[in-house]
Amino acid sequence: MVRKLVSTDIDDLAYGCAVLGTGGGGDPHIGKLMVKQVISDGKEINLYSVDEVDDKDWILPVAMMGAPVIMIEKLPSGTESVNAMNFFEHEMKKKISFISPIEAGGVNSTIPLFVGAMTNKRVVDGDGEGRAFPELQMVTYHLYDINASPIVMYDEKGNVNVVQAVNNIWGEKIARSVTIRFGGSAYISLYYCDGESYRKATIPGTIAKSIDIGQRVREAKKEGKDQFDALLDVAEAKHLFTGKIVDLERKVEKGFARGRITIDGTDEFSGRTASIDFQNENLILREEEKVIASVPDLITVIDSESSTPITTEHLRYGLRVKVIGIKCDSKWRTKKGLETVGPRYFGYDINYKPL
Amino acid sequence: MNLKIGVDVGSTYTDGVVIDDSGRILHNAKEMTTFDITTGIVGVLGSLATKLGSDKDSLSAVMIGTTHGINALSQVKSLNRIAVVRISLPSGSGIPPFAEWPPSLREYLSSHVIMVHGGHEYTGDEISELDENALKSFFRSIKGKVDAVSITSVFSFVNPDHELRAGAIARDILGDDIFITLSHNISSLGLLERENSTIINSAIEKVMRNVISATRKTLGKLFPERVKLFFSQNDGTVAEENFATKFPVFTVAGPISNSVRGAFVLTGIEDAVVLDIGGTTTNCGVLTKGYPRESSNPVEISGVKTNFRMPDIIAIPLGGGTTINGFNVGPLSVGYELPQKGLSFGGDILTTTDVSLALKEHNFENTDYRKVLSRNNGEYLDKVYEIMSGKWFEVFDRMKSSNTDVPLIAVGGGSFMIPPGFPGASGIIVPDGAEYANAIGAATSQVGSVIEKAFSYDTVQRNRAIEETISAAKDNAELAGADRSTLEVKDIEEVSMPYLPGNSVKVSVRVIGKMRL
Repeated sequence: MVRKLVSTDIDDLAYGCAVLGTGGGGDPHIGKLMVKQVISDGKEINLYSVDEVDDKDWILPVAMMGAPVIMIEKLPSGTESVNAMNFFEHEMKKKISFISPIEAGGVNSTIPLFVGAMTNKRVVDGDGEGRAFPELQMVTYHLYDINASPIVMYDEKGNVNVVQAVNNIWGEKIARSVTIRFGGSAYISLYYCDGESYRKATIPGTIAKSIDIGQRVREAKKEGKDQFDALLDVAEAKHLFTGKIVDLERKVEKGFARGRITIDGTDEFSGRTASIDFQNENLILREEEKVIASVPDLITVIDSESSTPITTEHLRYGLRVKVIGIKCDSKWRTKKGLETVGPRYFGYDINYKPL
Repeated sequence: MNLKIGVDVGSTYTDGVVIDDSGRILHNAKEMTTFDITTGIVGVLGSLATKLGSDKDSLSAVMIGTTHGINALSQVKSLNRIAVVRISLPSGSGIPPFAEWPPSLREYLSSHVIMVHGGHEYTGDEISELDENALKSFFRSIKGKVDAVSITSVFSFVNPDHELRAGAIARDILGDDIFITLSHNISSLGLLERENSTIINSAIEKVMRNVISATRKTLGKLFPERVKLFFSQNDGTVAEENFATKFPVFTVAGPISNSVRGAFVLTGIEDAVVLDIGGTTTNCGVLTKGYPRESSNPVEISGVKTNFRMPDIIAIPLGGGTTINGFNVGPLSVGYELPQKGLSFGGDILTTTDVSLALKEHNFENTDYRKVLSRNNGEYLDKVYEIMSGKWFEVFDRMKSSNTDVPLIAVGGGSFMIPPGFPGASGIIVPDGAEYANAIGAATSQVGSVIEKAFSYDTVQRNRAIEETISAAKDNAELAGADRSTLEVKDIEEVSMPYLPGNSVKVSVRVIGKMRL
């Protein structure tokens, strides 16, 4: 199936990928502006479903790596991610059939669309996470032994770096330090693979799902229906808690924004207390000491008043919130999946509790 | 004796007070806020001058809080013709200036826009060399076509070199009459919001100049020549007219902060939540150490996202003139027509003022609450008042920063309506003079400055970073009209910036002092 994206799709996508971004993934604002700009310039974005990919096609995921705060100050030129793709194609002498996203997140859901529009490449609607994660090896492609390398990294100045690492963990480490030398942000392409491997390893339909989520919630508002109910329904989410944020701890640790919020229950959760631990993304939801949900399942905090998802940097005391949980893709629920992104990888001595 | 006048422009009324050295209110005056705003200010100054009589020779300063800037933007009127320079290439071309502006403002302001090579990384290193030739030919091409220039460079709050150089080139080519705003003087992280704020500052400078010349003319007729003129700033301090002309954007929310500041002056309470209940809205803000708490999120002004320092305020459509329809409270308001239309005044519209007077069995000079009771039963009025109270309870709770009880101060013309108990409040204070809190806030504010700088503690020693910020804040306060010897450091805040390597920290310092008279 092919779908031509229009400007309102991008607004809906920004909402939906913030839901699937589980508190992380960066501010969707910049990416949204860039894609809407190219659409209004008359460029076309064609989104293909994963079943359109042939075994012999070649797929290249593209993404932005680094600190989201850098991107709101040093805005992209728009050519970085395109150059990364072009460099890959020419220097590596590989022909790319499809551009792919790597995760659902404010920035990284929009960059592939932008690259597709600028290069007239097809964009395939599959990704390696179905949510947002902080490190390069935290993708399903890694679980299926696809090599992240060669990782082509580009910055706005035109610097280019190719990482050929011994494994994906090393790929992450090296790419991370290069990103810092680039000035805190880099535009990368990685996990190049053939269509056969891609179809096995990818999580299909994340962009279409994000757009659906945004659209249904927007329409619910227009029709005077309950937006939160619409969200639960379209995202196949569970309503896990409602309350008011009564405490917020934050600390910056090893470059990650870590912290915990405490929520006093209201409405049907009155008299109960919950907490959420986060590290860029929301990781663990507990009621008292009991784990209610944990990574890699998706835990998203929704503003009760506006029904918009709240990223972890915007959490604050006094917000009225609803917490929802969404099942992660089954690929994450395997042994290797949980070793890569389970609670223990993030330093918690608890077992994964599937939703 | 040393007298000061404070004038504050509200959405319904323009208020003024005269205070003496001890802070005592000697006179007050009230005029309708006029469409052009200035007429209302001139009217208040005139009636205060009459009340002062021969005492007016003791007047030393006039402080004005006004929304002229915001009005000019929303009406797209009296704005400067501007040029916009962004120093960022090769970065930044993906989103040119004026993204997401309302079309009318964009059309008026975006005739001369250029992006050139330059700007810095978060480390302070150059992204690329500043393209001086491109700047020179651009400035030559717009000579005579613009009144003002806005210059924004990437990470200029870490390293302002390229903005300073570009400003010097603009001055050189365009001459002394051109008005130049450099973004590192306006705000910090977030290029689009900082650029927008810088553009707004350049655009509304003419409005500020006009206000000053009109006010000066009036002052010249009424008061001795040496009277100094100050403007209320968004952060709860005041700045001299020359400074306000350079940074008009720092005064656009002056009236909002004046009420919060006035609540502190009237009660002496440094930390509290403030409800300013006017004719059409309630503004809820927070006092922290005697000053309005600042918003940490981008604030939209006339549809434009900005990030300069603004008070953290939630406004709800609930004031003294808010109309009641069944169990719907607002959002419409009779505003300044309350004395004609309100039920207790003899009109035929039920307003929040009528409900409150009836339940409190209280009257003003020109009201009769029995007129409300004869048309509505007590149970209904109770229910309506409960709905009103619920709205205030909610906004109060949303503005608190922790679960502990805090004092609540209510000010403004509608403050008499406040319910006697608030969940989560340690006390409820409606001070004497609450109605004039805004003008009192203007009259009593000190001169001050807040400076925010970014450092990497890996490369700059913490002590040196703090000292450097303090001395920049003092320099700035002096420019704003402070007597340097009286300047005190009121607050030092360090916020570490996540995701940035090198131990990156934002240091912000507030200094406060007496005005140089």
